[in-house]
Amino acid sequence: MPKYLWISRAHVIDPASKRDAEGDLFAIDGKMVAKLTVEQKKKAQKIDARGLVASPGFVDIHVHFREPGQTHKETIETGTRAAAAGGFTTCVCMPNTSPVVDHAGTVQFIQDAIERSAIIHVYPTGCITVGQKGQTLAPIGSLARAGCVAITDDGLCVQNNELMRRAVEYAKMFGIPVMDHCQDAAMTQGAVMNEGFMSTKLGLRGWPNAAEDIIVARNVVLAAYAGHQIHLQHISSKYSVELIRRAKGRGVPITAEGTPHHIALTDSAVAGYDTHFKMNPPLRIEEDRKAIIEGLRDGTLDCLATDHAPHTNYEKDKEFDHAPFGILGLETALPICLQVLVRESRFTLRRLVELMTSKPAEVLKLPAGTLAPDAVADITLFDPDEEWTYDALKGFSKSSNSPWHGQKLRGKVRATIVAGQVVYQDGKIVA
Amino acid sequence: MSWNRKHLIGIEELNRDEIETILGTAASIRHLLDHGAKKIGALRGKTVVNLFLEPSTRTRLAFETAAKRLGADVVSFDAAASSTAKGETLRDTAQNIQALGVDMMVLRHASAGAPLYLSARLDIPVINAGDGAHEHPSQALLDAYTIRERLTHLTGRKVCILGDVLFSRVARSNIWLLTKLGAKVTIVGPSTLVPHWFVGMGVEVSHNLKAALADADVVMLLRIQHERQDSSHFPSLGEYTSMFGLNKTRASWLSPHAIIMHPGPINRGVEIDSDLADSDRSVILEQVTNGIAVRMAILYLCSGGDPEKVAHFAE
Repeated sequence: MPKYLWISRAHVIDPASKRDAEGDLFAIDGKMVAKLTVEQKKKAQKIDARGLVASPGFVDIHVHFREPGQTHKETIETGTRAAAAGGFTTCVCMPNTSPVVDHAGTVQFIQDAIERSAIIHVYPTGCITVGQKGQTLAPIGSLARAGCVAITDDGLCVQNNELMRRAVEYAKMFGIPVMDHCQDAAMTQGAVMNEGFMSTKLGLRGWPNAAEDIIVARNVVLAAYAGHQIHLQHISSKYSVELIRRAKGRGVPITAEGTPHHIALTDSAVAGYDTHFKMNPPLRIEEDRKAIIEGLRDGTLDCLATDHAPHTNYEKDKEFDHAPFGILGLETALPICLQVLVRESRFTLRRLVELMTSKPAEVLKLPAGTLAPDAVADITLFDPDEEWTYDALKGFSKSSNSPWHGQKLRGKVRATIVAGQVVYQDGKIVA
Repeated sequence: MSWNRKHLIGIEELNRDEIETILGTAASIRHLLDHGAKKIGALRGKTVVNLFLEPSTRTRLAFETAAKRLGADVVSFDAAASSTAKGETLRDTAQNIQALGVDMMVLRHASAGAPLYLSARLDIPVINAGDGAHEHPSQALLDAYTIRERLTHLTGRKVCILGDVLFSRVARSNIWLLTKLGAKVTIVGPSTLVPHWFVGMGVEVSHNLKAALADADVVMLLRIQHERQDSSHFPSLGEYTSMFGLNKTRASWLSPHAIIMHPGPINRGVEIDSDLADSDRSVILEQVTNGIAVRMAILYLCSGGDPEKVAHFAE
């Protein structure tokens, strides 16, 4: 018997189909439909969504699920549960696992783990270079054939311009973008935070914006030259935003993302040497923070992505120099972005939803991010005003390295629906 | 005089009264020692551990001597011999030492923020004996003590800090301390080692040695570390010396009563002329001597000692 879903009286926001009004949503067997018949409605699973926003399920094109090899930090099972709790129904996981994803067999291992334990849609990415060593191209064709939706050496950045050029030209043949973590290695050796007054005062090794800007500029040049998309990951610098804006103005095939932490925090948060504020790229200054927000407003930055990067407490509980980079993002992205973008920066709710759904899906051409008929019925129901206290230790991720632990947040996901199936509802995984 | 702190992490967070309390207590201790006291037994029966996870000779010896003159037992921990080489975390190392029943910890660590980190995780007082490029509070305090001893006061004094400021914890602690005590501080050296960010800490940044030294009351030299050449911060030690080394001609630009300071270890012939280091203007060895009384004051106060009653412990 077909399975019917009826979400009633929600504030439906679906930017891809220009919908922003109170209404109902319907699905049959995991696909969106325009309506249900009276008979079908009687058999439908009905969710009363009065007072809630119903949006396409959120899409995060930058997460670390740590499988294979780093399963003490996160697994596809725990990572996708954290994602569902945060309203995400599609995630793209980065290949800097152990081993790194530079082999079709490793992609298959991940696909099997996804099949077995993911409660949302997960797409793998592969490496640009063998071992992420930046020396020889990984088997990009095999990686694409095995299901990788992009290639990236995320966490590291290909320093050799010739190699990067060839990667972009070669990936073009398979229609998958090259995602780049923009960081000049020589300029950031031993660096642990943004270079500026704070790093100077704290005596920590600084990481100049220029180290990001130079690679962003390099990638603009290569994307234009090769005529193929380079996606710039987690942009943190004001000048980078400006470079991307000008490149887009000239029609260069470049896309870019911003993270919730780079729009919410600055390097002044590092004052107490709390390693929950250590990430790569580092938190920058207020001017940069504002520039990222403006980049997201005018579309210079295409989408939001969390760079969800779990690490155990014992790994993070170290001297600032020695702790790993990265923080959790999936379970707090919505309230943080509601606060910074909607309440403080006057983005419309519709724009925020777009930045978390149709736009990231578009960047990687994923079948997600809309509630139009025939789309996969991935739906997130949230209350933009509900206040709650985030306890990272009780979260769904295997790790708890969040700078927002213990804080009162506003905006909460109430239900997450993947292909017509409720997987998360009111604080519980129900998949 | 008042003191309510258990830890001494940095100068940045100290107020003027706290600074005067340390310097005043150091002066009292110095007076007692100069007038026949062999020890100030305030820490008798206590154990102080020197956890030095980065090589150091003078700071470690000075803290050890200071603790012993306070009557404490001292345990010293060497980086090379320690379990950190076996992969133990700083937290585990420190908690194990605390479990041995020690009463205070003096920490030297290559990572900025390490003393603050441990102070939040241990029950015993943590004294920062230098953390990365962050702070070296006892050095700045003994420097201020020395300047006052020679020049009576700091208010309005012109102090020039010369050298590798970027990587110097001594410079940072001195910048905080000297500006809090009313001195005018100029930092000078190659633009790569004296970045403009320091302006935010209340100092003047200069790359013109003559202008910076003109009429200075104090010039504080910093050691130039050879490894900085490899990281392309400057071309060579020779070029450094020719541009910024302190020699007799350059020293003549200073005010006539000016003193020359250096936290050590000095590189003769690199940042300072050998003769100048031994001249009457040099107070380098006085700094070392004053370091004992200042560190005794720090240990005494952080162990809960009353600044007004230090004389009661003279033996």
